[in-house]
Amino acid sequence: MEARTQPTTHATMLGSAQPGAKAPSASDAPAPPLKAESRDLSFYYGNKFKALKSVTMPVHEDRVTALIGPSGCGKSTFLRCFNRMHDLYPGNRYEGEIVLHPDNTNLLADDVDPIEVRMRVSMVFQKPNPFPKSIYENVAYGLRVRGVRNRNLLDEKVEESLRGAALWDEVKHRLNEVGSNLSGGQQQRLCIARALATDPEIMLFDEPTSALDPIATASIEELISELKKKVTILIVTHNMQQAARVSDYTAYMYLGEVIEFDKTDTIFFKPRRKETEDYITGRFG
Amino acid sequence: MTYIAQTPDQIRGLIARAKRWDVIFVTLGIIALGIGLLTFVALFVDMLADGWARLRPEFFTQFPSRRAGQAGILSAWVGTTLVMLVTAAVAVPLGVAAGLYLEEYAPKNWVTDIIEINITNLAGVPSIVYGLLALGLFVYAFGLGQSIRTAGLTLALLILPVVIVATREAIRSIPGMIREGAYAVGATKWQTVRDHIVPYSMPGILTGVIIGMSRAIGETAPIITIGALTFIAFLPPAPVTANFPFLSFEWLTAPFTVMPIQMFNWTSRPDEAFHANAAAAGTILVFMTLAMNGLAIWLRYRLRKNIKW
Repeated sequence: MEARTQPTTHATMLGSAQPGAKAPSASDAPAPPLKAESRDLSFYYGNKFKALKSVTMPVHEDRVTALIGPSGCGKSTFLRCFNRMHDLYPGNRYEGEIVLHPDNTNLLADDVDPIEVRMRVSMVFQKPNPFPKSIYENVAYGLRVRGVRNRNLLDEKVEESLRGAALWDEVKHRLNEVGSNLSGGQQQRLCIARALATDPEIMLFDEPTSALDPIATASIEELISELKKKVTILIVTHNMQQAARVSDYTAYMYLGEVIEFDKTDTIFFKPRRKETEDYITGRFG
Repeated sequence: MTYIAQTPDQIRGLIARAKRWDVIFVTLGIIALGIGLLTFVALFVDMLADGWARLRPEFFTQFPSRRAGQAGILSAWVGTTLVMLVTAAVAVPLGVAAGLYLEEYAPKNWVTDIIEINITNLAGVPSIVYGLLALGLFVYAFGLGQSIRTAGLTLALLILPVVIVATREAIRSIPGMIREGAYAVGATKWQTVRDHIVPYSMPGILTGVIIGMSRAIGETAPIITIGALTFIAFLPPAPVTANFPFLSFEWLTAPFTVMPIQMFNWTSRPDEAFHANAAAAGTILVFMTLAMNGLAIWLRYRLRKNIKW
């Protein structure tokens, strides 16, 4: 770790790799423990295109980390490394590692099954994608995949997850209706409930509000702020105000690299790098 | 800056000229549609008129006979129904499994490409070729006889490419984000296929199966090749028996005839009276096909109602 000479990384990233260790921070308050770290992560689409170039970045436990940057900068690609979504398509290749704490599992290792990774790290997509099944079955699916058959346990988890996604009161009397009949904002909260039902350690949000109206967006943002009390969140957003509103840490990415990573306040008010400042202030991107 | 805009009158003239193509195309389209439709209606009405006198209840309950007035299609429609049952029972599982494998599991390489090209080409192979293959393979090599099961297997081979292609099309129409949603909660490939891919592609698969069956139901050449009888005055053994285990599969090995063969046989008789029988049988065959297509449309509508992305 110490030998790393990544010029764009910030001091917080060079903290100890020990699980639970406090990383040194530029700000006064001690940084919360690490939940995950990407170390020298490069990613290739096929053999031609290097979409990520040696990305090193920490993810702090029970905090929201936002990835911002112009279109095509690699932020979604980076996010989808965390649940090995890229494994679904042939020809993609990772280099480097993403270590998940506290057990120090390298999520990208060849001997780690992507299914195991997805059982620990869940995801909410850009466009709400409920299954054309009932609301109940949508939420219960992650549990069914894990072989849960006990009806009481399923009922309990479905209610808990729907409450956690602030959707329970709206749907409790129609759990057997098809999920795709809900409004866009409700569908996205249903997808959040689905991702929540399996008690993930990290939740990934890939521009979760870009297909939603402002009111639905506000409710999702509020929900994210609520969720971080018990789960680590990584969110990609196009909307800088959203990053400023919901996140504790922000990474600015450009052309497949993390240009700057710091506390959100620092990134928005006194960024260290000129490129970050240009992007934040709208001179670029 | 160059202005291309003109006066309102010029703009209206432009639109009117551009719209002339709409009129021309609509006219051509209606003519094309009319040719197809009129031909079918003319054929069908002519056949109906010829066969009308024979379309009586006894026509369905009588065996063929030397006297045209007493001949019926009992053995033909029973044969067709049983052969279609075997065809569906064989072609659906094989075709769906092959389509699923190619779409979800097969590695994308040149072997898969060759298999794909071959399947598409198989759909265009003349049916007589399937008949010859079946004669050599099922009748002689496997010794399955000139039976209902041989006919069912032959027609299953014939419609297999249709079922495979329909399955793959149906699977491809499932949005990638639904698939990703399933994988994202930790589903394995098989769980995704079983819980999502198969149920969501079912309407499309069923449509393909029934389109294939409508083709198979009218096939004559391969059935003649494997040696279906043209005159048969008994029915295959009943599938349900009075004694344990109450089910019998002896009918699979029975000799048989089917509707198109019965028709063909009657048309080739010199006696004019048999031609009316052929027309009546043809009318019924058309209705059987229409009924199957209607079933496909209804099933698709029913199953698609709850599948929205």
